[in-house]
Amino acid sequence: MTSAMPDAEVLDATLHAALRTGGDFAEVFVEDRRACRAGFDDGRIEELVSGRSRGAGIRVRAGASVGFAHTTALSPAGLREAARVAAAAARAGGVQQPGRPLSRQDAPAPNDVTAAPDTVAKARKVDLLCTAEEAARAEGSAIFQVACNYGDSRRRILVANSDGLMSADEQVKTFFSVSVDAAGDAGKQNGRETLGHTVGFELFDTVDVADLARTAARRALRKLEAVPAPSGTMPVVIGPGGGGVLFHEACGHGLEADHIHKDVSVFAGRIGEQVANPMVTLIDDGTMSGEWGCYAIDDEGRPAQRNVLIADGVLEDYMWDRLRADREGRDASSGNGRRQSYQHLPMVRMTNTYIGNGDSDPGDIVADTPHGVYVAHLGGGQVNTATGDFVFGMTEAYLIEDGRLTAPIREGNLIGNGPDVLMLIDALGNDFAMGSPGMCGKDGQGVPVGDGTPTLRVQRLTVGGTAA
Amino acid sequence: MHDDDLTGETLAALGERVVAQARSGEQIEVVAVRSVETDVRAWQGEVESFASATADGVGIRVVIDRRQGFAHAGSHDEEVVAETLQEARDNAAFGSPDEFLGVAVPDGVTAPDLDLWCPELAAVAPETKIDLALELERAVLAGDRRISSVESADYADSLSLGAVVTTSGIRSIERSSGCHLSVFSIAAEGEDTQTGFGFSVGRSLDALDVQQAATDATERAVRLLGARKPATMRTTVVFDPWVTAQFLGLVGATLSGEGAVTNRSLFAGRLGEPVTSSLLSLTDDPTDPAAFGAGLCDGEGLATRRNELIAAGVLQRFLHNSYTGRRLGAASTGSAVRGYSSVPGVGAMALVPTPGDRNAADLVGGIADGVLVQEVSGLHSGVNLVSGDFSTGAEGLRIRDGELAEPIREFTVASTLQRMLLDVVAVGSDLTWLPMTAAGVTLVVADVTVSGE
Repeated sequence: MTSAMPDAEVLDATLHAALRTGGDFAEVFVEDRRACRAGFDDGRIEELVSGRSRGAGIRVRAGASVGFAHTTALSPAGLREAARVAAAAARAGGVQQPGRPLSRQDAPAPNDVTAAPDTVAKARKVDLLCTAEEAARAEGSAIFQVACNYGDSRRRILVANSDGLMSADEQVKTFFSVSVDAAGDAGKQNGRETLGHTVGFELFDTVDVADLARTAARRALRKLEAVPAPSGTMPVVIGPGGGGVLFHEACGHGLEADHIHKDVSVFAGRIGEQVANPMVTLIDDGTMSGEWGCYAIDDEGRPAQRNVLIADGVLEDYMWDRLRADREGRDASSGNGRRQSYQHLPMVRMTNTYIGNGDSDPGDIVADTPHGVYVAHLGGGQVNTATGDFVFGMTEAYLIEDGRLTAPIREGNLIGNGPDVLMLIDALGNDFAMGSPGMCGKDGQGVPVGDGTPTLRVQRLTVGGTAA
Repeated sequence: MHDDDLTGETLAALGERVVAQARSGEQIEVVAVRSVETDVRAWQGEVESFASATADGVGIRVVIDRRQGFAHAGSHDEEVVAETLQEARDNAAFGSPDEFLGVAVPDGVTAPDLDLWCPELAAVAPETKIDLALELERAVLAGDRRISSVESADYADSLSLGAVVTTSGIRSIERSSGCHLSVFSIAAEGEDTQTGFGFSVGRSLDALDVQQAATDATERAVRLLGARKPATMRTTVVFDPWVTAQFLGLVGATLSGEGAVTNRSLFAGRLGEPVTSSLLSLTDDPTDPAAFGAGLCDGEGLATRRNELIAAGVLQRFLHNSYTGRRLGAASTGSAVRGYSSVPGVGAMALVPTPGDRNAADLVGGIADGVLVQEVSGLHSGVNLVSGDFSTGAEGLRIRDGELAEPIREFTVASTLQRMLLDVVAVGSDLTWLPMTAAGVTLVVADVTVSGE
């Protein structure tokens, strides 16, 4: 299958066709994605899977309306037909709008890829699975299943629009996860560990998958002794890395300009206000080298940026895509226009969202908490941006009794309200770490995101367990 | 591929061309799909977006020397399909040998006679689709003075075609159509904001009910106004049909043959034993045309069938595809589920609980103190299907002296799946098919922890 991307002449003709019946903006997004994954489960390598998708999405904006069509036909005729369908869908009426001539505007890659996945023998990828499986099994006889997954992808994108922008990027990602199941007197338990970076196979020069496997296995084994999680409202300390999910849900989604534009965010109209404890500075940074949510350009062709959202507790800005930036009369988006694939319209998405170090010793934060819960590892979460209510899951957690971590507790969700929780953060450690790679879902689209925090404490959160 | 072909014959022909290339000792399965979709979103009386597209996909599974490989591509281009077959063959060399691997074998079961296809959807004018989305938004805004805005009002439709062809002689074609309306509403009063949603689903336009979707969206948002965090308590909860369907979806996942094979299922090794309250009977029935998940064939091309899973609390069977069936000495139950980009998994398509004889109002009337749950959040982050731990964010209404009372929010509902199934104390009569893999019904579960203040 050919790998050639359409050239400037074809893209220009496509944009011309897209605006033939009017409209104020047109864009062509071309994507060529190759992926490989392999799974080990139930004592055997299940199968190696290769995937390929290649196509273009064309967007035409006419006033408040957007028309969109996508196609796998990247020939001049195929693109022209998709442009016609997108223009008709936008219901643009009027005269031909001239587009500006295309000029190439690439951005620097956040990091180099030294071992592109398609240059690495498949056998080496499969070997990692076997190494991890053996390491996990060796942790204890209570372990009855180990599942490991390897994944890599190479995504080439090319964006051209009627402003004259033409920009390209190649995004390489590598992923590894281990899930371990153990059985004990009180039933079965599960422990997981995942790793994902925007790099190639060189990831495994510095990471030993056996360590990931042992971490997952120990999590499962420790939980065999877990007691039911408490219920009710109490102080919650979140370990380094994990708290990023909390911020992602508590305020990240609420700071996306599409939610602000539709007034379905509790943070709408609050720029310049104190929205968090003054120790909180929240940053979304698509340029973080090698992190899971980084890229050179977003899916609208804008270079990734480092955006300060909350500075010393004061709300500074929202995150923007092209559409919402235009509507607010801003010069440009904040580099947060992303889409799952060429079959999707872009929207405002986070990249790598994090809180930098505070000055507390993490041990002191726990020691200063007479009673509560310590969350060492988090699962995903979910938020209702209009009310601010959000949940996130704890996949490894402990009781805090008299300032010490004691019994491990069973899994469950925690629930809180974003604006309340931001004000209730009362301690920030000096042990910053990035958390696990995430797939953030919004309106049916999933994109890779990263997050990070030091150890932090929330004075009051509701823990969703069953114990009194 | 003929772009205007809606019979599925060209998809099957593509599969046959690939299967014809099988070498000696090689098993091949091809799944080829095409979908034609429209999505319209209305906002503030205008079309916010209108998307229209045709998407293709092909997945090829090769089994040789008891090893399996797989590859997929988002195209039917001959050159791409040839490359995909080559990749699948290459990948097979890396799988572990397993005597139970292999494509499905025809089992003589006849596919149900279902009409799930309404090609007229393709001919509906764009203006008609746009008008439905706009009408939906207007209807929600007109429903109650406390509705402050509509976040989005959507109309969407799809025509889906798929074919499965194998070296073992399977050649199945499946066609289905669907359309839906969905709307997210915002209610506001003073400083308080609450949200709701409504939808309507059908196989053709005349099945859509704008007013029903609008009424649901209005009522769900408005009745939460003034909601507060409840006190922590152990109490009886009533799941509304929307929540029950999500709960049953999790139960269905524990009854997959994959969980039985790996021993991960909460119910592995418990066939024939009581695992739930005797009030609960659960069947997976994709042969019921009323079900959203109805279909003629499963993901391996075998006919779908009605599978009784739990009868009066006793576990009757696990669902199987041909692999998990062979592993456990059982037959496939026609329950292979997949997209074109993955090998067949196992799953329920149309779970239906046997309804009880009392409606929701009757059931609430019998509860002195409890909680009605109308929405849950974080099922993906707070439920573990290996341990059975269950904890979900929730919103709803208090039940006091048999009446729905004040609204509550920002609390969790927690127990374990095993306990909740045993603690089911009533199943409602209000069976409702919803756009997911399970039907909904009002379900009453005793002794659940509500965590709040």
